[in-house]
Amino acid sequence: MKNIPFISAFRDPAPVRGLVARIHEQAKPLAKATFMEVCGTHTMSLYRHGIRSLLPKHVKMLSGPGCPVCVTPHAYLDRAIALSRQPGFVITTFGDMMRVPGSTSSLQRERAKGADIRVVYSTLDAVDMAEREPNRSFVFLGVGFETTSPTIAAAVVSAQHRGIKNFFIASAAKRVAPALDVIVQDERLQLDGLLCPGHVSAILGTSVYEPLANDHGVPCVIAGFEALDVLQGISMLLEQVVDRQAKVQNAYRRAVEPQGNRVALALLDRVFEPVDSTWRGLGSLPASGLRLRSAFRDFDADRFEVEVEPTREPRGCACGDILRGILTPFECKLFGTVCTPDSPQGACMVSSEGTCAAAFRYGQTPAPTS
Amino acid sequence: MQVLRVSDDRAIAMVDGVEREIGTALVPDVQPGEYVIVHAGFAIQKLSAQEAQETLSMLQLLSEEPLEPR
Repeated sequence: MKNIPFISAFRDPAPVRGLVARIHEQAKPLAKATFMEVCGTHTMSLYRHGIRSLLPKHVKMLSGPGCPVCVTPHAYLDRAIALSRQPGFVITTFGDMMRVPGSTSSLQRERAKGADIRVVYSTLDAVDMAEREPNRSFVFLGVGFETTSPTIAAAVVSAQHRGIKNFFIASAAKRVAPALDVIVQDERLQLDGLLCPGHVSAILGTSVYEPLANDHGVPCVIAGFEALDVLQGISMLLEQVVDRQAKVQNAYRRAVEPQGNRVALALLDRVFEPVDSTWRGLGSLPASGLRLRSAFRDFDADRFEVEVEPTREPRGCACGDILRGILTPFECKLFGTVCTPDSPQGACMVSSEGTCAAAFRYGQTPAPTS
Repeated sequence: MQVLRVSDDRAIAMVDGVEREIGTALVPDVQPGEYVIVHAGFAIQKLSAQEAQETLSMLQLLSEEPLEPR
């Protein structure tokens, strides 16, 4: 089978050098350009490839709220922990959630104390487990943006189809657009453009960003995750800024079609409906979350009544401001001392998409935020 | 990831020499041999080889060409 260079070619040093030179040339007439990479995977890519250090000093990349684990509020995790302490309950989750600190505990700590908490690779694994052990209640922690939520919807439909009655979703699914709407209007950021997420866009398509460009005048470019993809995205954003344009462009054409993934969108709409939802750092945003539609109420873990401890946020943790792009990890007084990947104080240090985790791991000094 | 075998709503896909089971409910028409993006154990979209090549060619040109004066 022919080997298609989907990854290696997009890391090729020669065109990377060319694009970096082009970006420096493009940025010359500008006093400043501040862009936000919305997606946690972009944040990781920018750090891993050292892209900030390749950019002109006056072209800044701020990290945004695109880490689903990071924006999930404490109260959700505390409830999951409370559920895990109930007899007969099994919590299934993606691995990123395990070490996130709740108010007084974490899922990892609860597991060490004997709770049945299992890390799964996909929602289908969670459904399969529930089918094999019909006498226990399996609660899946449905955390994620529109890249993940269709896979949760698929699991619910699969459970229904297979007549599985002991599989439940604790939904903390979030919609990207309402958060971006808040971010682009934040005057503290003075954003000149958004580097829009690749895989969320593979599901949603390009139209979801149009209000940001058309109504708020913010250039939007969808980009992939390799070094060339990210640089191409930044170059296209600069071109829009120089030309005083604001439109939605797609630099990730090999994966993103304008209409998105229609099958996934239909499934999402069949199973979920928008609901007001609370984000760490952004507060409660209207219609920014997803809950199961009434036809799927039987699969909703909200039915379980359980006493949840009062919420306690970690003192000094700047996760909320870091998620909004107002502070960088290096400006948090806990970063690298009290808060490390081994002993995380906030979710941003735990998740593989977290800004603090990326900054700690790759350790570059970022552009200052002001 | 490249899809090797498809059965019902699951498939076996290969990445870096490792075979993994993935869900195909979101890309139900996927065929063996095609490349897909996998997220959280599901194929979420097919990758277009043609678009990849076109982007690479365009980037090659962009990175070689000087900017036009404005």
